[in-house]
Amino acid sequence: MPPLPQTVPLSWYLLLSAILFGLGVAGFLFRKNIITVFMSIELMLNAVNLSFIAFSYQFRQVDGHIFAFFVMVVAAAEAAVGLGIILTVFKNRATLQIDEISTLKN
Amino acid sequence: MPPGYVPIFIFLGLTILFPVVTLVLARLIRPSAPSFAKLEAYECGIQAASGSRGRYTVRFYIIAILFVIFDVETIFLFPWAVRYKQLGWFGVAEVAVFLAFLVVGYVWAYKKRALEWV
Amino acid sequence: MSLYYTASDHFVLLPAILLALFGCAVLLFDLTALGSPRQRLWLPGLALSGLGFTAVALLRQHMLVAAQGVEISAFRGAMAVDRFALAFNWIFLVAAVLVVLFSYRHLRREGGPDHAGEYLGLVLLAHCGMFFLATSLDLVTLFIGLELMAVCFYVLVGFARDRRSSEAAIKYLLLGAFSSAFLLYGFSLLYGLAGSTRLKDIADAVANQGPGDPVVLLAVVTSAAGALFKVAAVPFHAWAPDAYEGAPTPVTAYLAVGSTAASFAFLARLFVTPLADAREIWDPLLAVIAVATLTIGNLAAVTQSNVKRLLAYSSIGHAGYVLLGLVAGNNTGLNGVAVYLLTYAPMTAGAFLIVAAMRRTARPAAAPLEAVTAAPVAASPRGRSGATVMEAQPELSSPRLEERASADDAVAATAEPAEDVDDFNGLMHRRPGYAIWMLIFLMSLAGIPPTAGFLGKYYIFLSLIEAGRYVLAVIATLYVAVALYYYFRIVRAMFAGEPDPPVGVAENWGTKVALTAAGVLTVGIGLYPEPFLRLVQIAGMR
Repeated sequence: MPPLPQTVPLSWYLLLSAILFGLGVAGFLFRKNIITVFMSIELMLNAVNLSFIAFSYQFRQVDGHIFAFFVMVVAAAEAAVGLGIILTVFKNRATLQIDEISTLKN
Repeated sequence: MPPGYVPIFIFLGLTILFPVVTLVLARLIRPSAPSFAKLEAYECGIQAASGSRGRYTVRFYIIAILFVIFDVETIFLFPWAVRYKQLGWFGVAEVAVFLAFLVVGYVWAYKKRALEWV
Repeated sequence: MSLYYTASDHFVLLPAILLALFGCAVLLFDLTALGSPRQRLWLPGLALSGLGFTAVALLRQHMLVAAQGVEISAFRGAMAVDRFALAFNWIFLVAAVLVVLFSYRHLRREGGPDHAGEYLGLVLLAHCGMFFLATSLDLVTLFIGLELMAVCFYVLVGFARDRRSSEAAIKYLLLGAFSSAFLLYGFSLLYGLAGSTRLKDIADAVANQGPGDPVVLLAVVTSAAGALFKVAAVPFHAWAPDAYEGAPTPVTAYLAVGSTAASFAFLARLFVTPLADAREIWDPLLAVIAVATLTIGNLAAVTQSNVKRLLAYSSIGHAGYVLLGLVAGNNTGLNGVAVYLLTYAPMTAGAFLIVAAMRRTARPAAAPLEAVTAAPVAASPRGRSGATVMEAQPELSSPRLEERASADDAVAATAEPAEDVDDFNGLMHRRPGYAIWMLIFLMSLAGIPPTAGFLGKYYIFLSLIEAGRYVLAVIATLYVAVALYYYFRIVRAMFAGEPDPPVGVAENWGTKVALTAAGVLTVGIGLYPEPFLRLVQIAGMR
């Protein structure tokens, strides 16, 4: 097998993926607008995609690529359903601030 | 530093340098006579009517949702397209099944009048 | 070994194909049948026949597996039907049938279109996702199954589209998507470890790396966090009470039974096959989480006044017991997980469905809606909708029944749902049948011997004692007493409370059949457990 034309080591990709994932988590935890929170989740999913692709390149397989495809499609489905639900929430409450939405309590 | 990145950094440096140099040079040698007409958009479309941060009508979201779904689903056609010959009729059948499910979604959206601009 | 779609692939996949086809069929049929009540009646029928065909396909798989005693592998090892998959698939089927039966005409509270096609289609597609969760041996298909189920449930939870329902849906969606991102991160690390998405290859890779490896640790923690979220285990349980309370109640029943069972199937697969050799990492972790889940679930349930919320917290408590079965880790424990979930399905579905049927009636002085037992059609404000539905009920031919049905339908469509413990006051005097079924479900949930719930708890305790985890067994026993206390609050309200204002029951034949089936299963499994226990003997699989 010829050596992989590799200019960037795997660990860099994984590091970038971890950083992006961490940014997504931070966005999810600290942002107050539902849309922004939703975008943070998309960022996390794309971070995961990056590491799937990096591993896949490393192993010279397509499994990781396939997985990334499915993650993208699922993310799109979640985004579609999410936007629909967000629209309903907005219709009911006229706000998208997370703190103002929460009324179900013990 | 991986060697493959050196051209990229050189390119990056040049790209940053070029506008800076041209703008500074132009400022040094041009005469200055500002007028209102010179500030208008020129060959760049019409004047903006309002800011871009306003609210959009909800209909855009529905179109956007549908677009996202149908746009992303085509991703599964690419692997088939790459190995079209090797997969033969089996691949065609699989893609037909996949598209049939997409069509169910499309028919539903059409019948629910989600595609009409009301 | 063929690259293409083989006969055994088809055999294994058939239940999922049927569910997907019938899900789409219900969706499309709804479009053609709009506005014709008589035709709309076919929708639940179509969904039920889909579930019936699925049952036949499962039965054929079951007989083949029982006859050969081995698993049927498909798609080059990505899916396999074994006893584990079959046991869980039967549980999902019970949940789906109960919910479809019950939801017959139970969604029309706003008076507008009932969206029955979408509702039933989503129920079937969620079931399809559950099938993949129980049957897959590959990270990709597991993930697809999980998300197919989850996305359907996001929509179902928000199905009522009112304030509570949409709030529940958005919370469930955001936290659910967040947790699946963690799960995926874990999956990507597992893939990176093994270079394959097959659970077997991952098991080998984890065994090679040894449990001390930091990547293994990170992979276990992130994927476990994602999976534990779905079963509402304690640090990740925040969504459950809100989603359970805000969702339309039949959906709550489906969520509590189907989604939980499927997620446990997923969790068990994950921990038993690929992460088995990392046991020293997750064993203490899971033990702590199980005890915390028991504690929070049972203690928080004590103070709830809303029955749905109370049952939601008690479901969290039940998840704690099931987790203890995984912690015990022996054959009894694994069987216990399946037995517990099998017994949990009818009793939880039954309890939620009774709550779903209950309606608040206005005080007699305030409004003339005495339509609970029998009232002329014209007396109910929704006489017209009642009349159209009457048309849709060819099986109710006698005039008395018709009046009754339309009145009940009016109650279902207009009256507020009765969800507080106080609403159960005096149910025994008004509707003794419902009170007695509820008593049976609550006894079973508490784990009192003649009912099914006892069996599950018995297995879990036995497995803990066999594994020598005496402390855990003692803690688990303590919380049975706590659970008795809060279930007894509902029982006391039903039998000793004064009915004011009287509670009504929105019923039709679907309600009755579903509740009777759930009740018979709850009592039947308790009295005659052998065939059911054989059904869920899953231990010994890898």
